[in-house]
Amino acid sequence: MPDLGPHASFIWLAYGAAVVVLAGLVAWLRADLRAQQALLTELESSLTRGRSAKPRSGRRKPTGKRTKDRKP
Amino acid sequence: MNPFVLLVARDLKLAWREGGAVFTALGFYLAVVAMLPFGLGPDLNLLSRIAPGVLWVALLLSALLSVDRIFHNDFEDGALEPMAGGPLPLELVAAAKSLAHWLSTGLPLVLAAPLLGLLLNLPSEAYGMLMLTMLVGTPAVSFIGSIGAALTLGLRRGGLLLSLLILPLQVPVLIFAVSAVTVSVTGPGSPLPALAILAALSLASMVLAPLAAAAAIRMNLQ
Amino acid sequence: MQKYANPTRFMTFSGAVLPWLTAAAALLLAVGLYLAFFVAPPDYQQGQTVKIMFIHVPSAWLAMLGYTVIAVSAFTSLVWRHPLADVSAKAAAPIGAAFTLLALVTGMLWGKPMWGTYWVWDARLTSVLVLFLLYLGLIAIWQAIEEPSRAGRAAAILALVGFVNVPIIKFSVDWWNTLHQPASVARLGGPAIHPTILMPLLVMAVALTCLFFVLHMTAMRTEILKRRISALRLRQVTDAAGA
Repeated sequence: MPDLGPHASFIWLAYGAAVVVLAGLVAWLRADLRAQQALLTELESSLTRGRSAKPRSGRRKPTGKRTKDRKP
Repeated sequence: MNPFVLLVARDLKLAWREGGAVFTALGFYLAVVAMLPFGLGPDLNLLSRIAPGVLWVALLLSALLSVDRIFHNDFEDGALEPMAGGPLPLELVAAAKSLAHWLSTGLPLVLAAPLLGLLLNLPSEAYGMLMLTMLVGTPAVSFIGSIGAALTLGLRRGGLLLSLLILPLQVPVLIFAVSAVTVSVTGPGSPLPALAILAALSLASMVLAPLAAAAAIRMNLQ
Repeated sequence: MQKYANPTRFMTFSGAVLPWLTAAAALLLAVGLYLAFFVAPPDYQQGQTVKIMFIHVPSAWLAMLGYTVIAVSAFTSLVWRHPLADVSAKAAAPIGAAFTLLALVTGMLWGKPMWGTYWVWDARLTSVLVLFLLYLGLIAIWQAIEEPSRAGRAAAILALVGFVNVPIIKFSVDWWNTLHQPASVARLGGPAIHPTILMPLLVMAVALTCLFFVLHMTAMRTEILKRRISALRLRQVTDAAGA
């Protein structure tokens, strides 16, 4: 590592800030994705469990659109 | 009479009858300007140097307080929906209501400014240009504000969100208005370029802001 | 169902692309950091602190790229009502905001040794600060409106209004800056950029751009899952009601 001069601490702080912000962002986004994947598999399995108890027409794909606004 | 003028007149009448909102804005304007010396000290030299900027920033904040009235009352009463379907295109409805806001709230603030300038020891040469920039620039304040008002219709804590949305968009208006005043007092050069750009910003906002506001109203009416 | 095919296709596409893009980002970051610390010489004016530029300048570029991605997504959402457009805009907002914050922080750390103070109201930093406020407004409006498609529409309108304003704001801040700053303030970056400085800068820029899109695609995948979950929950409720 070359000599970073009299202001080395600023350079370290800047790169450190980058690591903190970017690693934090990566960690947060990956954790969120994994959480949603877990939730989704749990929901899907509970729905098929509930379904197998009642006769229903074939499994339709969820549209993911137009959830009604629940505000009064 | 054409529906645009009728709508402006109706909103003006309502604002006049309601009265309180305009006085609250004026009171807030006075309160903010009066706070400055408590924060900065009563040194008249310092105050006179910052007076144009302070008067403009405080006016912006006061106008922000009142801007959500543009659509809020009609939205709550359910009157916006028939307006959206009426003879006037929603864009012109938004423009008429923004214009009414400028006339009913913006102009009184502009008229109050020179009096408040006395509190801040505004240089006497600056009064004329200050008034001029405010007359030219406050339509932009009302019209750009109307976009935020339309976006935050019906939201709790909409007022705070509105401020966050609108203030960055007002930065150019603020910069050119205060620049014109400062340059006219201390130079160098002429305040006319800044004034011309300010006028252009106001005119552009009067044309474009109603488009965005109408789109936001339509979204909120669904 | 044509309308739903797109999000599914996106999940497949992004699932295939992500590992490669992540690897590319990691590799380029490694190369860029090596070039930055072992190849780039000290600047004749700023000394070694010029190395901060290798983070600061790409972050600022990505702050603007992020907002452009949002604006393009917003336009697509409003004009063509493409189902992925809202997802793209919502996903990009926090990522763009993070890069903007990084640009501000590294700008402050770069400025202190150079100008002696942490914050300077120079044109570039000030414009980035206003851009940060615009990002905050976008994130706030996504949070404030519950129903996703309405929130998407509101955010899209705001994003386009902001996008139109960005050049105006930049112009006005430049104007304001030349009025208040003496012309002798050292320009960020100094005179013509030498290749030994340019190479690390470009490599870091490409590396961080790859990272941006890795994060963007990941966030889009998460948002698509959230919407599926929301629909499934609704189905759960209606199933229970119909029992």
